[in-house]
Amino acid sequence: MEPKILKSESNLERVLSNGHFAVTVEIGPPMDCNAEIVLEKARLLKGLADAFNITDNQTGVVRLSSIASAVLIISEGLEPVMQMTCRDRNRLAIQSDILGAAALGIRNCLCIVGDHQSFGAAGKMKGHPGAKNVYDIDSIQLVSALKGMRDEGVQQGGDSLEKRPPFFIGAAWTPLGDPIEIRPLRLKKKIEAGADFIQTQGVFDIGEFKKQMKIIVDMGLHECTAILAGIIVPKNLGMLKYMNSSVAGVSIPESLIKRMEQARLKAGDDKKQAKKNQAEEGIRITVELIKQVQEIPGIRGVHIQAIEWEHRVPEILRRAGLIPRPVFPKKGG
Amino acid sequence: MIVAERKPLNEIKSFVENYKKILIVGCGTCTTVCLAGGETEVKVVASGLRIGFLKEDKEIEILEDCATRQCEPEFVTEIVERVKKEGVEAVLSLGCGVGVNFMADKLETIPVFPGVNTEFFGAAVEPGVWVEMCAGCGNCILHLTGGICPIARCSKSILNGPCGGSKDGKCEISPDVDCGWNLIVERMKKMGTLQRLEEILPPRDWSTSHHGGPRRVIREEIVSLSQEGGESTKAKEAAKEKESGR
Repeated sequence: MEPKILKSESNLERVLSNGHFAVTVEIGPPMDCNAEIVLEKARLLKGLADAFNITDNQTGVVRLSSIASAVLIISEGLEPVMQMTCRDRNRLAIQSDILGAAALGIRNCLCIVGDHQSFGAAGKMKGHPGAKNVYDIDSIQLVSALKGMRDEGVQQGGDSLEKRPPFFIGAAWTPLGDPIEIRPLRLKKKIEAGADFIQTQGVFDIGEFKKQMKIIVDMGLHECTAILAGIIVPKNLGMLKYMNSSVAGVSIPESLIKRMEQARLKAGDDKKQAKKNQAEEGIRITVELIKQVQEIPGIRGVHIQAIEWEHRVPEILRRAGLIPRPVFPKKGG
Repeated sequence: MIVAERKPLNEIKSFVENYKKILIVGCGTCTTVCLAGGETEVKVVASGLRIGFLKEDKEIEILEDCATRQCEPEFVTEIVERVKKEGVEAVLSLGCGVGVNFMADKLETIPVFPGVNTEFFGAAVEPGVWVEMCAGCGNCILHLTGGICPIARCSKSILNGPCGGSKDGKCEISPDVDCGWNLIVERMKKMGTLQRLEEILPPRDWSTSHHGGPRRVIREEIVSLSQEGGESTKAKEAAKEKESGR
């Protein structure tokens, strides 16, 4: 029995509305047009999560498009969450792409503002820091536009739609971003705009996250949307330190950094072993984080981001006890 | 004010080195105040060019001038007349882009080159430091955001910020850039008006900004006065009187 009438045709929505702890996993498209890379990741992850986020030129780097990658993974039998940023498209292009995505069978859309294009130039990457950005609408306005299309059958400008895009609408939330006292209010605005589900920025500081979630639960916001805690898989000490110092809204407790340091030190001068040790510690930390967020009131799932490390995700999910995933018969007709 | 920065001397030199007689024109308003293109900078650029040309044995006559404002006809007309009278072959403007455009509109075949890069509308927050504070977008919403502009001061110009990229009061693009939304939140918190940010601001109409095409402001009462009175200065005086009389 379906507990309530579903808003979309999304499997993720069905999993959540049936009271399951949801799992989404991120898939990063390649920087070229090699469909095989996307398909390979899809085959590797098939059946292991309820839906799979496809990033949209993440960190301002040109990649195989989110829509195309989403369609590729559909062909392998996976359900995509198409990420849509406000950085590269104005409201015309966004809505046009949303209609196109719906026509192609995509049923989840994560509305995000998008990293500034200056992020693309980092390390060895040149990126396109001189690009003109758009930001015609922001992520909250995008959520609202999408909801208007789905529920009211109107485009943002007011023209009507005959066939409405049946999307499950997502938004991102940075629970520990600065200024921290505004973060619950911003989540509230995203929910009011129409966010059915939320995927948070990667959480490492469970203590602080718990505090913020207590505020959310006290506000009753957890009942108005499904909050999936973001889990970023740390590969090594360098990545942990980098995220701690440079990624907004991510703070890594000293204890985790120490653990990773220990893992590296244990290998002595053996670089290969050091890498292996850190990878193993990273996975252990990830599994622990998943189990910890599962216990936090108001958390209804996890969103796992293993950046260019998708092949380690099956092991993580198995060790966290998150597979097998619930299966629902495909809707007839 | 409009904030500008002088272009590198080599770039300026490359614009004008093939003319025999050039006029460098400063502007007495914004670019004077931001120390980019006033009387002093005209002198500096002129002597820099003279030294450069001397080294290369080039004989180029450099004239100097400074208009009170390069964006008003009464001041620009004087410059245009001087250019024609003295046979100037090229003009280098140290006014903002408005000055370059306005003179180009009036100088027919004489080229006008930009001596500064026009940056933004900003304030001098400390000696030698200017910060962008207005984007001139044509539909002011400062009453909603504690007097701090998200269009000009947020890197993404978002209306329902801050985004997830705010860290220790700084923007994700650089630790040197203040997060505009952090400024808004902090100020509204102090003012006790933070709850006003609960309201979702809808997508804005960008047609009042440059996205609506080149803009113009028409003040009918001044237009009609100037048609009656003939001279624009008279019209302005009359308009001033009219305004103060209100």
